[in-house]
Amino acid sequence: MIDPSLLKTIFGRLSFESFPIHEPILLVTFAGVVVMGSALLFAVTKYRLWGWLWREWFTSVDHKKIGIMYMILGIIMLLRGFADAVMMRLQQAIAFGGSDGYLNAHHYDQVFTAHGTIMIFFVAIPLVVGLINYVMPLQIGARDVAFPFLNNLSFWLTVAGALLVMVSLFVGEFSRAGWLNYVPVSNLQNSPDTGPDYYLWALQIAGVGTTLSAINMVTTIIKMRAPGMTMMKMPVFCWTALCSNVLAVAIFPILTAAFALLMLDRYVGTNFFTNDLGGNPMMYWNLVWIWGHPEVYVLVLPVFGIFSEITSTFSGKRLFGYSSMVYATVVITILSFLVWLHHFFTMGSGASVNSFFGIATMVISIPTGAKIFNWLFTMYRGQIRFELPMMWTVAFLLTFTVGGMTGVLLAVPPADFVLHNSLFLVAHFHNVIIGGVVFGLFAGMYYWFPKAFGFRLDPFWGKVSFWGWVIGYWVAWTPIYIVGLMGTTRRVRHFEDPTLQPFFIVAAIGVGIIAIGILAFLIQIAVSIRNREALRDTTGDPWDGRTLEWSTSSPPPAYNFAFTPVIHDLDAWYDMKSRGHERPAGGYRPIHMPRNTGTGVILSGLALVLGFAMVWYIWWLAVLSFVALIAVTIGHTFNYNRDYYIPADEVAEAERASLAAAGA
Amino acid sequence: MSRDRGRETRFGLLSRYAVSTGSTATRDERKEEAKGRRVSQGALRRLGLIPLLALAGCQHAVLNPAGDVALQQRNLIYASTGLMLIIIVPVLILIVLFAWRYRKGNRDATYDPKFDHSTSLELVIWSAPLLIIIALGALTWSSTHLLDPFRPLDRVAAGKPIDKKQVPMLVQVVAMDWKWLFIYPEQGIATVNELVLPVDRQVRFDITSTNMMNSFYAPTLAGMVYAMPGMRSTLHAVLNKPGEFEGFSANYSGAGFSDMRFKLRGVDAAGFARFVSDAKASGRSLSTPAYLQLERPSEKVPAIRFAAFQPGLFDKVYNRCVRPGTPCMSDVMMRDQRAGGGDPHDMRVGSGMPQGRDTAEPPRGTKPKGALFKDADEIAPAPNVTKERKPGAPGSTQPDSPRNRDMSFLLPTVPGIARTARG
Amino acid sequence: MSTHSMTADGAAPGFYVIDEEEHHGPGASTSLGFWIYLMSDALIFATLFATYGVLSTSYAGGPAPRQIFELPLVAVNTAMLLLSSITFGMAAIAADEERPGATRLWLGITALFGAAFVGIELYEFASLIAEGATPQRSAFLSGFFALVGTHGLHVLCGLIWIGVMLVQMSLHGLNADNRRRLMCLGMFWHLLDVVWIGVFTFVYLLGVLR
Repeated sequence: MIDPSLLKTIFGRLSFESFPIHEPILLVTFAGVVVMGSALLFAVTKYRLWGWLWREWFTSVDHKKIGIMYMILGIIMLLRGFADAVMMRLQQAIAFGGSDGYLNAHHYDQVFTAHGTIMIFFVAIPLVVGLINYVMPLQIGARDVAFPFLNNLSFWLTVAGALLVMVSLFVGEFSRAGWLNYVPVSNLQNSPDTGPDYYLWALQIAGVGTTLSAINMVTTIIKMRAPGMTMMKMPVFCWTALCSNVLAVAIFPILTAAFALLMLDRYVGTNFFTNDLGGNPMMYWNLVWIWGHPEVYVLVLPVFGIFSEITSTFSGKRLFGYSSMVYATVVITILSFLVWLHHFFTMGSGASVNSFFGIATMVISIPTGAKIFNWLFTMYRGQIRFELPMMWTVAFLLTFTVGGMTGVLLAVPPADFVLHNSLFLVAHFHNVIIGGVVFGLFAGMYYWFPKAFGFRLDPFWGKVSFWGWVIGYWVAWTPIYIVGLMGTTRRVRHFEDPTLQPFFIVAAIGVGIIAIGILAFLIQIAVSIRNREALRDTTGDPWDGRTLEWSTSSPPPAYNFAFTPVIHDLDAWYDMKSRGHERPAGGYRPIHMPRNTGTGVILSGLALVLGFAMVWYIWWLAVLSFVALIAVTIGHTFNYNRDYYIPADEVAEAERASLAAAGA
Repeated sequence: MSRDRGRETRFGLLSRYAVSTGSTATRDERKEEAKGRRVSQGALRRLGLIPLLALAGCQHAVLNPAGDVALQQRNLIYASTGLMLIIIVPVLILIVLFAWRYRKGNRDATYDPKFDHSTSLELVIWSAPLLIIIALGALTWSSTHLLDPFRPLDRVAAGKPIDKKQVPMLVQVVAMDWKWLFIYPEQGIATVNELVLPVDRQVRFDITSTNMMNSFYAPTLAGMVYAMPGMRSTLHAVLNKPGEFEGFSANYSGAGFSDMRFKLRGVDAAGFARFVSDAKASGRSLSTPAYLQLERPSEKVPAIRFAAFQPGLFDKVYNRCVRPGTPCMSDVMMRDQRAGGGDPHDMRVGSGMPQGRDTAEPPRGTKPKGALFKDADEIAPAPNVTKERKPGAPGSTQPDSPRNRDMSFLLPTVPGIARTARG
Repeated sequence: MSTHSMTADGAAPGFYVIDEEEHHGPGASTSLGFWIYLMSDALIFATLFATYGVLSTSYAGGPAPRQIFELPLVAVNTAMLLLSSITFGMAAIAADEERPGATRLWLGITALFGAAFVGIELYEFASLIAEGATPQRSAFLSGFFALVGTHGLHVLCGLIWIGVMLVQMSLHGLNADNRRRLMCLGMFWHLLDVVWIGVFTFVYLLGVLR
């Protein structure tokens, strides 16, 4: 028999009992992951793709490939987060009249926590960052972002965070304290298990990635615009990306600090958010919501940008009120810092404080309303082509307007007193996040997919997916709005009032319809890859676009532009086309490019090990991985050989090939 | 599930249904109730097509409250929604109209690609939302001050001003893991998971919590207010209709949260006197040991009435010093203020506190050690316990087992008291 | 930066930059990016300051600032950090004057002052903990250790960076990369100085006055 304290020194609090071998749901999931994972690994090995993946993708510092990898991460995590949503809807649809449903409190509480955490941090953020990564440098006529290595590192840190959340599914448990890991539930005293630690480490690692990425994007937009592109000639998407990333730089450090303090509480035993010895749990709520509310705009502003680009392109018009759009974006950015208290009006801050924050919240609806009108008047006197991106845009306009209205209603403090923490509130933020962010991300994916891969997505399955999502959204969330207005609150595991059950059954059906939308999306990708020759776009400009990304070939070469474009007008590519633009066919020069590096993958792998070791109190491993982390970081700074030149004849060959394809 | 229990659940939870089963319900109310049910069922059928109608039809607590504060809050929801619809409806119509009219296939519509700026239009699209928000902002400012939970009420109901001479009745609310303790200091009684209020009488709730952040919420009475450990929040409200209603915690607070419910019963003055004397007759006393036992985490606790409680209990709860020997937060803070901190040579938590409360322990017993300071053999393994809890709690063999928390077995053993907890 | 366009005569606006050189120096983006990073770091400190502000009177019956802070020691410590900033300035001047040897010497002196600062801080922490004024004792002490400790950790990172910088300078001299790194290191080091002024004023001076 081995000494138990030796075992604990080696494995910390990890033991055989930490694996959920008694939980059928998790066992089946695990089996599925193992089967699919081994199939994938087998395929990659069989077709000898490891080297290619490593060289061309994992170590790539090309913003386009990193953008695509972000999108893949976001879509995979969307499936996980959606599975959680299905579980919750199922539970709430059957747990009535004395039935406990099929999830006990321990499991259900993890499911709703994981759902929120994953959807915001590992779905919405990667998808938004991915689109910005892919599109923004192309739109400003740059060859890459300002710090290409940092971009790769940011991505892999986000992956490490996502992996840590996924590991918690099969080793130990995830947090049961809600998606913001509220104290006192997540205090050491109330949650001594691994859950909050998984949460904290996953989000700290991913949060560093997000902060670095935001710094990178802001610098890129400010410093790397093509000659002639003044700030007021920048595409709206770049403006919104700029504001979104400025916000991210300003808020993520606050979240990092708040989480770090909670970690100190849990690992050192300090008293920041404890109930006793002077700690202040409300401070945690304030700190996370000072992050939390602007975070909504971090996600939704770029999506506003996407809709602006799409509305203008598919209406065949310049965006109505460009400068008012820009000012609205900036105003929202600033105001978003002044409203966080509306997340806890009911804490008793007093009437004047509550009114201030309530009215400040309402004021945000003015620039947002102006934006809606701007899109409206962009459509006015246009020639609207109802391709998929535009369909998503109209669905967004209708859905989001309703979500905005319920949001303003919640900003009225006395109304919030009865609607706070209710399912009405839950329906509201799903209304703006699905109806705003998700619809926008799909619109953006359909819009820029041909740019990234050189062929369009199959329109039939795209329409199935579109209607699945839009109808599914309304069927799923209308009943939730209604039961919220009846006084039903959130995070409840079972209900007693049987008259509520029909509403929850309808909501579950709605989720089923959304599932069809998601399935159709996956089918669409498969079908489109199979039919890629028929769907091929050789022009590089399939939608008759207006901004610079459409001026280069699809997919763009590694260097984006053989010659840096010169900008004379807003809607630069439209301007170039209308002045009889022709791609230059000669006179190429060598192009200076950053070199790929595996350091980002290694650092993130070490961060993952560090996080895992800290979660399980495996101190020796934590120390080891931390020292390795520092050593690799320092080692990386000794690498001075970070760039190379693409020779002129290689550029010439690539350009000739794409010109020939376009001509054919 | 037995048929009887099904009836109980069905009738026990919804205000309207509760009224119809209660002895105080009049014939008119029953008729109204039946009508309400018809409407809401009709609305159910139309669900998905015309959700707004479903809203108008439903008869539930938030939209059809029994308390004047909740009623004013509901009216505010209607008023602000109406205000916003002034702009939302035209916008929705315009979106559909423009999307349809300016589709590419429509040759009748003007195509004007140069139309991308119009100062007068810009002025309209900024000022229209601005005007709505100014109106709504004014409404917000006044209503937030008027309905501030700290502020004593002006009226018992519409057209019935409050009797200024009568002080509000005081009820002290303690959110515990996971049940509600209500202390009636003026009546000298206390209850668990059962709140009985005389109708048309202003009540002031003082609210705190023992451990978690909860939210005290009876939708039919008034809006919610957070119950926070170490803090006291206040809510003024009045219940206007007799009957049985639902209350619960509206803020997630851990494993037993979903069962953290209480019955809110509105009774007339005579009924209230009867309730008080019933409680007095129960003979149970909420002594300090009884309180400390009650405070431990438990779920599905049935309603319990106490004939007496130790004086100053609520103050001790929110000062976190019910346990004998622990220093009270108010004493600690006063001393911190006055003396500018404790004795630098005596770092004990209770040093310098009043006699009998100067223990070395922090207010709620020994704090867990930070993970980094645990020796190897102090590290507790972290098993995955996502599995179903089996019936038959281990009891004293495993005192920390979560299965010990389920208190629903108490249901048949507490005599003469309404079943509050879900069976 | 040259933005000659396709039609050099300027008759019609051109589409592309034809005779392209580096259209931005590598240092320009880095310094902006590093500035933004420093601002995000400053926000972490801001959060810690705010937290400390909220908790600074929550002694929980434990010691108050007046009883545990030793101003003379802290004053010496402050002097160390301020001096290190001056010597860093000397290093930067030497680098500007293309004197790699002097730059390394000044950097070394900066590191010595920095190490002294960290050493004194560790001594202060150790004596506080020995007295029983641990971060677990009260929220005030938690906030104090977190804020001052985070600053100390930053200084420690700066020391490691200086060490790495010294090695890199002896390997490659004052090339463009090292010059850029030296500039970033300088901004980092001076920011720590600024933050420390805040710590000294708000934590120590105001704490003792309170």
